[in-house]
Amino acid sequence: MMRLHRVILALLLAAFGWLLARAFVSLPASPPHLADAVTAQMDQSGVTHPLTAVLLNFRGYDTLLEIGVLLLAGLAALAVSGSATTTPRAELLDRPAVLLGLVRVLMPVLVVVAFYILWIGSYRPGGAFQAGSILGAGGVLLVLAGVVDGARVRLALRMILGFGFLVFLLVSATVMAGGRALLEYPVPYAGLLILLIECAATLSIGAILTLLFLGVVAKEEAS
Amino acid sequence: MNQAEIYLAAALGIMLIGLYGLFTQPHLLRKLIALNLFGSGIFLVYVAVARRIAGETPDPVPHAMVLTGIVISVSATALGLVLARRVKTLTGGTELPPPVEPEP
Repeated sequence: MMRLHRVILALLLAAFGWLLARAFVSLPASPPHLADAVTAQMDQSGVTHPLTAVLLNFRGYDTLLEIGVLLLAGLAALAVSGSATTTPRAELLDRPAVLLGLVRVLMPVLVVVAFYILWIGSYRPGGAFQAGSILGAGGVLLVLAGVVDGARVRLALRMILGFGFLVFLLVSATVMAGGRALLEYPVPYAGLLILLIECAATLSIGAILTLLFLGVVAKEEAS
Repeated sequence: MNQAEIYLAAALGIMLIGLYGLFTQPHLLRKLIALNLFGSGIFLVYVAVARRIAGETPDPVPHAMVLTGIVISVSATALGLVLARRVKTLTGGTELPPPVEPEP
């Protein structure tokens, strides 16, 4: 029976692979030049790095929903593991001293690097998500080292959980007041608005990633 | 066969391996890894498509889509891990319990 299942699955996958291969082969020989369109509009985007311009201006809708999905995942993790307790203090006391020392040295560096990455995003590879994941890594280190109390961190993280999404939504809706479409930034302020959104998003992404990690490592009592 | 075609062929292989693993591996962690493998295959398609014409700078639009996709797959994976832990807490196992037969 199991064998039959596998054979059917293999056949289905082969058909899927054949379809995909056909699709790849039939790709047009000269692809549409979206890169040219991006280059032509760069002076209106408020930033000079094409990737950041696409992410936060030309296709800002994607990024808005992306932060929304991240927030949703964080909330779901909270809902599933919300009642779970984190490591009790007594257990934290025998964490290796090297880890503690390393975290104390690394944390300021991580924060500085995160905001550097965020800042250069306007003209080089970088931006809110990269910076946010560095902050998130710092958060994970803090949790592992037990430098901060789980419950208190959880409360603080909850406070900034939705901050990025809220700021992004507010900015994208406020620009509509001038008769513009959703997410259509006024050209002179585009750079500033993008930086504002990215700063808020960085904090929230760091918080959500740390919360997701807390949700995975949390200790649960079987109910 | 140029560079982009090699990447597309590799992407196809990775996607199929991931899908096969997703359906055949009962362990939830393995399922998550398979799902990520499948996703990586899709990202590879976008990256390959972004520079199908040799010599030109890669298209930033597919790159931005991959960047968005990576964040989504990270959140999906994390949520999957949280749920897998919940399954472990509730059933003690690392596999999905068999479906409950409806009462006749």
